[in-house]
Amino acid sequence: MSTRMFGAPVQRSEDARLVAGRGAFLDDLGAAACAAAFVRSPHARARIRDIDAADAVGVEGLIAVYTYEDLSGPMAEPLPLLIPHPSILDSRTPYALAREYVHHVGEAVAMVIAEDRYAAEDAAARIRVDYEVGEAVVGIDAAVAAERTVHEGMADNVAAHLVQEVGDARAAVDAAPNSLELDLDVERSAGTPLEGRGVYARWEPASSSTGSDDGRLRVYSSTQTATGVRAAVAAKLELALGQVEVVVPDVGGGFGVKIVHPWPEEVMVPWAARRLGREVKWTEDRREHFVAAAHERAQRQRVRVGFDDSGRMLGLDVDLLHDNGAYLPYGVIVPIVTSTQLLGPYKPGAYRVEFRSLYTSTVIVTPYRGAGRPQGVFAMERTMDAIADHLGLDRLQVRAANVIRPDEMPYDQGLLFQDGRPLIYDSGDYPRMLEMIAELVDWPGFAEYRDRAHREGRRVGIGVACYVEGTGPGPYEGGHVQVETSGKVRVATGLTSQGQGHGTVLAQIVADELDVPLSDVEVTTGDTRRMGYSVGTFASRGAVTSGSAVALAARRLKDKALRIAADALEADAGDLEFADGRIQVTGSPVHSIDLSTVAVLSNPLRYAFDSASAAATQFSGSADYDRPPVAEGEAPGLEGTDYHSPLRCTFANGAHAAIVETDPDTAEIRILRYCVVHDCGNLINPRIVEGQVQGGVAQGVAGALYERMAYDSDGQLLNASLMDFLMPYASEIPSVEIAHMQTPSPLNPLGVKGAGEAGVIPASAALAAAVEDAEGFRVDRMPISPSELFELRRRHAAGGVPSVPARPSPASAPSGAAADAPAPSSPPPAGAAPPEGPDPSEPPVPSAREPR
Amino acid sequence: MKPPPFAYHAPTDPDEAVGLLAEAGAEGKALAGGQSLIPLLNMRLAAPSVLVDLNRVAGLGGVEVDADGVRVGALVRHAQLEADTAAAEAVPLLGQGLRLVAHPVIRNRGTTVGSIVHADPAAEMPAVLALLDGAVEVRGPAGTRTVPAAEFITGPMETALATGEIATAARFPRPEPGTGTAFVEISRRHGDYALCGAAAAVTLGADGRVTRARCCLISVAPVPLVVDLTPQLAGGGAQTDEIDEAAAVAAERTDPDDDIHAGADYRRHLARVLTGRALAQASAAASASAAYTGADR
Repeated sequence: MSTRMFGAPVQRSEDARLVAGRGAFLDDLGAAACAAAFVRSPHARARIRDIDAADAVGVEGLIAVYTYEDLSGPMAEPLPLLIPHPSILDSRTPYALAREYVHHVGEAVAMVIAEDRYAAEDAAARIRVDYEVGEAVVGIDAAVAAERTVHEGMADNVAAHLVQEVGDARAAVDAAPNSLELDLDVERSAGTPLEGRGVYARWEPASSSTGSDDGRLRVYSSTQTATGVRAAVAAKLELALGQVEVVVPDVGGGFGVKIVHPWPEEVMVPWAARRLGREVKWTEDRREHFVAAAHERAQRQRVRVGFDDSGRMLGLDVDLLHDNGAYLPYGVIVPIVTSTQLLGPYKPGAYRVEFRSLYTSTVIVTPYRGAGRPQGVFAMERTMDAIADHLGLDRLQVRAANVIRPDEMPYDQGLLFQDGRPLIYDSGDYPRMLEMIAELVDWPGFAEYRDRAHREGRRVGIGVACYVEGTGPGPYEGGHVQVETSGKVRVATGLTSQGQGHGTVLAQIVADELDVPLSDVEVTTGDTRRMGYSVGTFASRGAVTSGSAVALAARRLKDKALRIAADALEADAGDLEFADGRIQVTGSPVHSIDLSTVAVLSNPLRYAFDSASAAATQFSGSADYDRPPVAEGEAPGLEGTDYHSPLRCTFANGAHAAIVETDPDTAEIRILRYCVVHDCGNLINPRIVEGQVQGGVAQGVAGALYERMAYDSDGQLLNASLMDFLMPYASEIPSVEIAHMQTPSPLNPLGVKGAGEAGVIPASAALAAAVEDAEGFRVDRMPISPSELFELRRRHAAGGVPSVPARPSPASAPSGAAADAPAPSSPPPAGAAPPEGPDPSEPPVPSAREPR
Repeated sequence: MKPPPFAYHAPTDPDEAVGLLAEAGAEGKALAGGQSLIPLLNMRLAAPSVLVDLNRVAGLGGVEVDADGVRVGALVRHAQLEADTAAAEAVPLLGQGLRLVAHPVIRNRGTTVGSIVHADPAAEMPAVLALLDGAVEVRGPAGTRTVPAAEFITGPMETALATGEIATAARFPRPEPGTGTAFVEISRRHGDYALCGAAAAVTLGADGRVTRARCCLISVAPVPLVVDLTPQLAGGGAQTDEIDEAAAVAAERTDPDDDIHAGADYRRHLARVLTGRALAQASAAASASAAYTGADR
């Protein structure tokens, strides 16, 4: 029996290829394709009076210029509202090319096709668009005030409105012995994958040598959903699904922005390829990505909470204002996620949440890693800290008073989640999570460290934040597993990969199921030629849905292989086992058959091509002449296909703790330690999970301390470059100390929960709490820059920002379980090393594993 | 992100380069390391119709160190100068500034003289030149001339170079004996343009008393802002309270703007904090150098 692969920290099989520069991303394909460029609106709100391409005609290499007037049929209709929801009052979606009006800077107005991108941009620059410029609506305040509307024919800017309520929350808050009200603000950011969007299309007309009756369209797209793009393009171009193939090459990050489909460019490029009979490619540039893709996060929150003297919530009343940008193509997933996942691991007592999703004259808002959860966690965790301060209690103790206990699982929060199904937590051990984060960061030891730092004139603070994340939603994913006569195992699933390591993880699952070497398993994702039924990669669902599906598919293959092997070995299938690429009579390796030979037998051919088929002949003598060569009910080929359609989401959880130091002079904020306790159920590959956590924390730190979309009041994005949009470098990101919990999910065959987004979710909340703790005054909006901290200090000194009371020193971790608890199974702490290396003049930052 | 069309010339002779640029007039642009120009072209923020590539022009390379100081040719990359130990010994502020210039990959390609000619108010090397009272050697249709640092940068992204002129070298004088220097800055991300930066030079006499003190601030004025703090510090021992007072004087001279990264008040505050830190480091370095040269302290 080979080593079990499930749970092993296997090296990513993708990396050798990717780090050696042998990846094939969208722009690496189609060297002979002509190039598309788009004329984009320079105004946030305008009516198009005229488009004049006369000056572009002279550009050498120009092939075509298209505007809305060139579109007809479904192409002339607005792009779809992808996920309708009853809360949507007025859904506005863009056209593939702007029709009369533009509603944000960057909206595509005309498409230029030329021999190369240089000529395409030259021609685009010469197209004169006559705009009647209107006034933009920028920011939540302006959207709420509704002095003007983003869209024509609307009375206000409210795109959607939803109230969910469990119990009478307002009465519960009013009746509670203690109550607080918080006003919170989270700014706009974006996932910013290093590879932008891109589409490359090839039309093969009906008259080609293939002899097919219909033309065929091949589309390559840097997307998170191959099947979604296929269906959308087929619908827009009025093609049968069978005429369209979508292949997803290597993708340099998605983070949610590439689940949106079809993008205007994603239908325009195939449309032009078909119309011109030429290969067409569009590779988004960085500025385009900032102004024409998607953003997220911006929300204003008002929280009212009532609680008893132990800090236990009795009622929670939350009002959210959500900025959805100029259009609503992806529906209201983000505010629904915020309003439900805000609850985290806690029982709120009675709960009421109301959101208004608002149009603004800015880039659309669609899910970005975390998808509304960072905002929800910010609201909940800021509230937890405020309760603790109000009562003079330890912040972790207040959390411990509110968490759901393991014996209450499955726990029904009484709400409807983003998938339209009940918000029922399947599993988790939240009290233990709190104990583990306290141990990992040495929560009880921090007071002493803080005192020492104060004596040296240093300011340090600690913060903690918890989350629960619904992961792995349906409706389904499929898996196909095939053993070839060479013994190689081909695995396909329909969802796409953007660097998650699906090729490694899915191979681990199949290698275990079939007991074959990992190196014999090859995985294909995101290719509609291999798997036509799929949903896509989002919501931390790859391992849960496709992982389960390929396991089930492998089990189907095993059943079939056992039936064939039983025949061949003249044994009972129940007496056989899989061992090292063979099927053998249990405990009797001499009576065995290679899986590759079973593959040959599964597909009885008249002809022998190779040594594998020759080797199978030794078993052919046992043929039963009363049965057909392929048994009834069987299909030729050693393969299995199956689907996993989960009942509900699986709910992962975790807690982050951050220790920061703020410079008393310069207001710089430095992260000294960042600790994560993380539970995504059974770990398929701890190395990959840790990579996801580290990467997620990096984006979380980015959103907390660096990244924001800076719009001016005219709707111009002032920092549409990586020079001014401060995506942090590795030098700004702390090493993350990780401790795993593994509470298996009962909802899928692997017991897994999603891990892709978790790292980003509580970072803003944890860092706001830590900065607040270091500074001694309330922090209620994120992100925060040194300049803003400097301003907060001045306002605090002038009495404009409330102080937080001195925090009590907890005697121990919550529940008093810290002393005898086992050490977390994390690697040794990377410690507080700043980018330039530790400063020996500084006292060490406390660590759970440091002798004291 | 593709540049508009331009004519490209790669002359080998300096006079030919000057001739091509003179002919192109306002439409011409000289290319050396390209670390600022190429992004500007790709973002179509600049659209010169003639590009004169200086990289093959003879006589523009080389770092020369002599008794006067360090002469840096127009094609010397930041990394090459940073690695030059003789230059670092002669003018320590060169290395103190260069390590703050962007990232190693940019320093591998970008030129020190190019950075000076680009004249970004947030750039370090124009400040090094200004604080040291250096000069720029210029070649043009009318011959050569030498422009003192104080006259070379005339505004944000603006220099005294006339049409057809190229900067062929920058001269960084050796500081007088007993001088210590330092360069400190704060940027949002490692290697970014600074929110504020301060270079300082403090000279101690044989008695250990300050004889001269100056600082140069970046990102808080249209050009590198040189402030003579000798009146505040001369005759003293560069004690903390003296430095605080001098730093306040320097900060008052700044004229920062609000932008998306920092408010003007914060930048002014940083100017004070960083000037103080730079002065303290520079005077410590001066003490060390005075001790090294055997001056009676």
